[in-house]
Amino acid sequence: MYETHYHRASSVQDAVSRMEAAGEGKYVSGGMTLIPTMKQRLASPSDLIDLRHIAEMQGITVNGRSVRIGAATTHYDVASSAALKAVCPAICHLASHIGDPHVRHMGTIGGSIANNDPAADYPAAMLGLAATIVTNRREVAADDFFAGLFETALEDSEIITAVRFDAPAKAAYQKFANPASRYAMTGVFVAKGDDGAVRVAVTGAGANGVFRQAEMEAALAANWSPDALATISVDASDLLSDIHADAAYRANLVKVMAKRAVAAA
Amino acid sequence: MAKVTMTVNGRQVSGHCDDRTLLVQFIRENLGLTGTHVGCDTTQCGACVIHMDGKSVKSCSILAAQAAGSTITTIEGLAADGELHPVQAAFKANHGLQCGFCTPGMVMTAVDMIRRHQGQLDEATVRAELEGNICRCTGYHNIVKAILAAAAEMSGARVAAE
Repeated sequence: MYETHYHRASSVQDAVSRMEAAGEGKYVSGGMTLIPTMKQRLASPSDLIDLRHIAEMQGITVNGRSVRIGAATTHYDVASSAALKAVCPAICHLASHIGDPHVRHMGTIGGSIANNDPAADYPAAMLGLAATIVTNRREVAADDFFAGLFETALEDSEIITAVRFDAPAKAAYQKFANPASRYAMTGVFVAKGDDGAVRVAVTGAGANGVFRQAEMEAALAANWSPDALATISVDASDLLSDIHADAAYRANLVKVMAKRAVAAA
Repeated sequence: MAKVTMTVNGRQVSGHCDDRTLLVQFIRENLGLTGTHVGCDTTQCGACVIHMDGKSVKSCSILAAQAAGSTITTIEGLAADGELHPVQAAFKANHGLQCGFCTPGMVMTAVDMIRRHQGQLDEATVRAELEGNICRCTGYHNIVKAILAAAAEMSGARVAAE
């Protein structure tokens, strides 16, 4: 790892000030992606500004069907929140399958979303739940937030402070995990709102990161059942191909995982 | 250079290290506690698992500076008064190790797992919970047996105490 300067921020404002004073700074929360990346010398921030101890970024609030999750909330805390499980068990289930128990004790929802790894799980949940990404400057709809591989709408020094969403009537997430890394080779989050609107968000498969599958959304809005997806064939032209799975294989996985998710919801 | 202070195995310790120093390096090299191992060094194998503020974490993927102010337990902190911790004793009784390199991380993982599940574990859960720990010798079978035995003993002891 190249040399860096560590700062522990006491508040969101303190973190922003430290970032603006830094040369090439980066925010770190759980660090479960950033620290390994720095160890491989694929990232070399001059300064690391630690967000993990900022009180206003912690915790889960459930008010009726309305959910707010602080950005520095760990995967473990999301997975084990009884209040959240009561209204949206799908996101708890998703969080309980990220990485491994030790990673879940450190990694945070804000970090996952800000990094926007094309194989990460949380971006699919944010898009599927029509979540709002709350930053220190503004609120951004998930539809406008994820901009491509590791790219988001975040500006320099902007910090995700929380995410908000209304719990859907039904939702589920199913992923086909890479057997070694446990990242999603394809993961599909399906959600049906109280108004009947359906969202299908796919991670791990898209060449430009997480995306919504409009054809499946229409089919499921008309008939919420795995059978409704039987005749849909997923276009493989914009999907990832790698040594683990080629685009055609992933196209099939999108359909299989979507069907399993509807069945589980 | 950072001055890092934390509580390790019940003792307050301080040391100077680079900001980029990993927690596992700090534990092994500054504190001389070499029971915590570095296996893969890429967040995958779990040989470096310790407890930070009561939760299992991979100490090869956390900076010592990030852990400043926290309470750490390493494998050296488990045994009390010369008696093996029940999980350590169960690994010994069930031959839950061969070369032993992964064992400190396995034991720390098992202690955390038993705590979170309040001793109520079955084989499938134990195997799923071992996702982040790799052993290249045992085939896991005796590790799973050891964890189940320790969980049964520890929850039995808890019932007896209540």
